[in-house]
Parts: sequence; C-alpha cells; structure tokens
Amino acid sequence: MSENNIDEGLRNELQRQGIWVTSMQELYNWGRKNSIWPLQFGLACCAIEMIATAASRYDIARFGGEVFRPSPRQADLMIVAGTVTKKMAPQIVRLYNQMPDPKYVISMGACAISGGPFKQGYNVLKGIDRYIPVDVYIPGCPPRPEALLHAFMELQRKIDEQKLSGADKAQFLKPEQPSEFPVPAFGEHDLNPPANPKTYHPPKLERV
Amino acid sequence: MKNRAELAARGAKIEIVVNPGPSGQSSLLIDNEHALEVAKFLRDHAALSFDFCSNATGVDWPERTVKTTTKVKQMVDGVEKEVDQTSEEKIPGYLEAVYHLYSIKLKHGPLIIRMRTVNRTDGTRLPSLTPVWRSAEFQEREIFDLYGIHFDGHPDLRRILMWDEFKDHPMRKDYVPPDDFEWEPTPHDDVLTRAKQHYPARPPETELKPS
Repeated sequence: MSENNIDEGLRNELQRQGIWVTSMQELYNWGRKNSIWPLQFGLACCAIEMIATAASRYDIARFGGEVFRPSPRQADLMIVAGTVTKKMAPQIVRLYNQMPDPKYVISMGACAISGGPFKQGYNVLKGIDRYIPVDVYIPGCPPRPEALLHAFMELQRKIDEQKLSGADKAQFLKPEQPSEFPVPAFGEHDLNPPANPKTYHPPKLERV
Repeated sequence: MKNRAELAARGAKIEIVVNPGPSGQSSLLIDNEHALEVAKFLRDHAALSFDFCSNATGVDWPERTVKTTTKVKQMVDGVEKEVDQTSEEKIPGYLEAVYHLYSIKLKHGPLIIRMRTVNRTDGTRLPSLTPVWRSAEFQEREIFDLYGIHFDGHPDLRRILMWDEFKDHPMRKDYVPPDDFEWEPTPHDDVLTRAKQHYPARPPETELKPS
C-alpha cells in the first residue's frame, strides 16, 4: 500500500500523456465512499424522510447509497432514523455489533442525537451516542431529505480522508480499537449501564 | 345514571361520580365484587347493549387532603355571627381504572365506568373486564404496566410497553425517573434541579467575592 505522496505536477503531466496515476489509498477510498450500503431499518418519523431520500425525487442512488440491506452483515452504514426507546436500544447496539468493519453511523434527527422532544421521558434513550460511536449528526425534527444527503456527503468526505497506514490510520484498521460495544441489559429502573462509560463523555459545563 | 335502579337491583353497589365540568360526563363507580356482572349486564341488556369498549385507562389518586369551608352560626361576644369553619378531610390514595363504553348497535354512548382499588400499595387488585370486552386486553395490560393495577381474570397479564424486568410504574404520581441528567444543555424547572446534582463544583478561586 503506497503513501499518498505523488507529486501533483508529475501526475498532471502524466495525465496529459494518457497515464492515470493514483495511490492504493485513493482508489480504495474512492471505491468505498461511492458504495455505502445503509442498513434498512427505521425507528420513527425520520425513517419516512429516509425513505423519501431513497425514492426517486431525492435519489440517494446518485451517491451510491441506494442498496439498503436488510441484513447487518451486508451493511456499511447505520442510519439511526428516529426515537430510540430504551426498550429498543439493546437491539440497535446488537445490530451495530453485527455489522462488519468498516462501519459508520449517522444519527438522524433530534431524537437520535439527544432524545429530542422526548428527552425528559422515562422511556427514551437520551442519544444513541451513549452506546455506539456516531460519525455524522443531523439536526432536525425530522431532517429534510436534503439534510440526509448532506450528511451522506459529509460521510463520504470523511471516508475519503481516512488513511490506510501510518500512525493516524483509520480506526477500523487498528486491531486494538473496539468494533463491538457492550449491549446494555434491561435493569429494574433503567438500562444497565445507562451509558457506555468508556465511550460516552458528556461535556462538563460549569454553571452557577 | 340511567338504569341505575336496574343495576342496583342485582345487588351491586353503584355510585354516580358527578363531573362538574362543562362536559357533564358523569360516570358510574362500580364495586369490585360485582363488576363483572355489571359489565355483562351493560353489554347484554337489550336497551343498553354497550358492545364496544373504546378506551380503558388508569388514574392515580395519591393521598390528599380536601379543605371544606362551611358557614357556622356562633355566639361571639353575645352576638350571633356567621363564622367560616374549615374542616380537613384526609382521603387515602387509591388507583382507578376507567372504561369508556359505546353501543355500536344502538348508537349511544359514552358510558363511563370506574373501579377503585383499596389502596396504592398492596391492595391493587381489580377484576378484569377483558372477558366481557376483548378490546380491553391490551389496555388493561398498559394499565398494569404503567399504574400497577393487577387485573384478576386477565388472560395474559404482562407488561406491554416497558420490559419485563422493569419494576416501577412510571405513570404514578410519585414515580421518579432514573438519574440520567448529566448532560442537559437547556435545563429548567425539575430538570434543572436534577441536572444541578451533576454539575462539577466550582473551583474556589472563581467564586465571586463581595467587595
């Protein structure tokens, strides 16, 4: 796997001569970012917007994301579209664990980010990032299909920038980084644990 | 309300709970022993035929004190005067199940019936009306889940919304939600008090000094 250190001038010169030079990393990321297969599941009204994004008017197929997979084993992207109730949260984490690396998560809508309008409810998880890492957050209630497309393009940009080697290589290439996260158990009063203490660090704000 | 006499004739104790609001929808309070018979009567009687239970819900009544003021004539300094006398009445807490009945056949309704438990702690049993109205099955499960009323004679009394391991009854007035208020960007009221317990202590040097 070569480093991405080709001289730009030389590359342009070669391209003029009809020779296309690229690096393994560029080629690999170009392929990956243009065929992101989302996991086909929806939780609430955001899922309707996700369906609209997949339909012909907004057409997520233009970005290579039209193949919604019904199995987590074949999916690259999890779009958490809607309210995550505490009863549903363990199943979401389990689905995430079943996805093969590299995998990405879009947290779609206010509910998936923080619980949204149901934040103070006893039965709603206050953000899916309490249990699994999230790559792109989309605010909105629900976000419009354009917003989901924007998040999709942001994710493509993120994938394009991932390195395949070196110290700052992508997370999924580091064997010591976890790709599965503990599934919370149903407790007597709340989920147990209420958040993954290893990955969830809420900002500490100092207030009067 | 109507046909109260007919119902009472069957040995059941029925009270009318008057609704003073503009809707004026009064309801029947049915005693627990005869509830099933009364329900069957309401469904099967030709002039009533309440064949459809559209809604069943629970109400939590915690222990409360009701103050009533009455004017009493009293001798004050040899002169008879009217004096306000307040008396406090303690009403013990109980749980209530409320059913809304309609008649599809005769196109009338709603008739509202209620049942009350003995208390809110150990005497929370009521007869199930699912054998009479099948549509009450899931709603009684919901009442069981959120209020903790046990329905005797229910075919499948399990929690319906919360998970089976869950112990609390969230719709009760004294329910306290679990303490996950560590990240509240815009807290207010009750949430603010809960969130404040998670705020880090201020370092002493930033404290405002009175000058």
